[in-house]
Amino acid sequence: MSLLEFENVTLKFGGLTAVNDLSFEVEEGEVFAIVGPNGAGKSTVFNLISRFYDPFAGSIHYDGHDLLAVKPSGVAAYGVARTFQNIELFEHATVLQNLLVGRHRHRKTNLLSEVLFLPSARRQELENREKVEEIIDFLDLQAFRDKMISGLPYGVRKVVEVARALATDPKLLLLDEPASGLSVEETTDMRWWIDDIRRQMGITVLMVEHDMGLVSGVSDRVLAMADGAKLALGTPAEVQSHPAVVEAYLGKAS
Amino acid sequence: MRIVFKTNYMQDIRPWKDTYQLCLYLIFLALVAAAPWWLDDFYLGELTNVLIWAIAGLGLMILTGHTGQVSLGHAAFLAFGCYANVILLEAGVPFLVAFPLAGVLTGLAGVTVAIPALRLHGIYLAIFTMALSILMDDVIVLAEPITGGVAGKYLGGVEIFGFLVDRWGTPVQFFWLVLGVAVLVTLGYINLMRAPLGRSFIAVRDSEVSAQAMGVDIARTKMISFALSCAVTGWAGALMGMFSGAFNNETFSVLISIQLLMMIVIGGLGSIHGAFLGAIVIGFLPQFLSISKEYVGAIFGGNTVAIPGLEFGIFGMILIAFILFEPMGLYGRWLKIRTWFELFPFYRKDMFKRQKSYLKTERLR
Repeated sequence: MSLLEFENVTLKFGGLTAVNDLSFEVEEGEVFAIVGPNGAGKSTVFNLISRFYDPFAGSIHYDGHDLLAVKPSGVAAYGVARTFQNIELFEHATVLQNLLVGRHRHRKTNLLSEVLFLPSARRQELENREKVEEIIDFLDLQAFRDKMISGLPYGVRKVVEVARALATDPKLLLLDEPASGLSVEETTDMRWWIDDIRRQMGITVLMVEHDMGLVSGVSDRVLAMADGAKLALGTPAEVQSHPAVVEAYLGKAS
Repeated sequence: MRIVFKTNYMQDIRPWKDTYQLCLYLIFLALVAAAPWWLDDFYLGELTNVLIWAIAGLGLMILTGHTGQVSLGHAAFLAFGCYANVILLEAGVPFLVAFPLAGVLTGLAGVTVAIPALRLHGIYLAIFTMALSILMDDVIVLAEPITGGVAGKYLGGVEIFGFLVDRWGTPVQFFWLVLGVAVLVTLGYINLMRAPLGRSFIAVRDSEVSAQAMGVDIARTKMISFALSCAVTGWAGALMGMFSGAFNNETFSVLISIQLLMMIVIGGLGSIHGAFLGAIVIGFLPQFLSISKEYVGAIFGGNTVAIPGLEFGIFGMILIAFILFEPMGLYGRWLKIRTWFELFPFYRKDMFKRQKSYLKTERLR
């Protein structure tokens, strides 16, 4: 059984079909990339998984659970974490606080024990902190631990977003354009991190990305989309040479 | 600049940075607690008033400063807490039960209000809550058999462990009661903000979409924030009622709501210090004005100038000045000054600059 299954999913905004009868499966342990021109519906696929939208038709299953039956805030509880294309960090909080919010799904204490800060709350904080510290080490964020997000440069924010998603201890990580706006060096770092996230942490990665270098470098399979529909699905090399993909990007040879 | 060398995680989890800072706050607390010995009765009363306002400010700070939900209706919850306390006391409930219960009841009232308010954002929520504040006036008049209507209610002293605590009879005891409540509320607030729930408030304030993606239930979090905020405000209201001794439907007008919001903006949104600093400004400004009026009057030949609406005019001007020049409030200004000295001569003007370029979520800035 696949980790994530999209079955004939269709989403319409008024007259516009954002996702059209899309089916694909993400296997456990792979890096799966979605590519396509702007407006192809790639981010919409992510927002469907995050339950920000209800599909018009079709079903989404995650690890055997019907994802359409949970609330948007319930998706994280299954171990699905994500980043956003336009960074959505908690601006007026420190990097550490941001990552600790990522631990929210592991909260075991209740209001009373937190207001009184009972030993259980203290223990939980220490546990959370240790987990977060592992991720800070992994992504080299030590220097920014106590910095406010609002004062950080763009490249660091991108990494903090990945770190926050990792802090939730996910099984499936959705990366929405992890390399957009990054320099060549930062993109190379991101590439090794994605590789490590899969190999060392055993997390399945589903990403949307325009940088074909990164996509062909890390992903096992690629889904090419255009106008909300599937164009091609296969290894990076297969997809890049697929006639329909070439046509969507470059137009028809006349 | 003191550099704290951190060797274990508890140093980040405990509320104080180092022993020096802890001592500083304890000395300050001791000084305030000893106020009856170095302040006369008039200024002790003023200090009590400031503390009550600070508690109310802490209440609103949870909702507006940390969860990002603007409320112009907190006077309604002040009123609710005040009347709940008095009605319970009149029913013969001892103060030590009636007072906490008044807060809990106000919190429940807050949840009831929160349910329809959950879908509202920004200015719409402000309008909704403002309507609530105006509505409360009429509710108190209509519910005359319970609330005393326009004639209002009176409250003498209460008894705690056999001690009489009365604003006029035993102002010192009353001051300590208020200080005790203020300290407890502040400690609870500090604890909350270093625990997951407090962080989820900040998450909801700064970005609802990503809070949701992290598994924070937005509606639930806002509801809890409303409940806590209203409970604390309810306690402040109960103390306010005891402080003024007599109150009716007009005591907690919508102007009080606006003053409360102004207070936390002036103090600094999103900080516990802000509630206290704002309360000092709001609490002492009327006294400061009336004192300075005498001096100003002396310059113009001995007459005291009486200008109607002067107080609110000056409040308004201060608020505008803060929003234009120091949106982070007094506490933000203090942080800047402190950093300037700590880093001298390396302070940069843009250190506290708010970058808005990546910020898209709707919130009060």
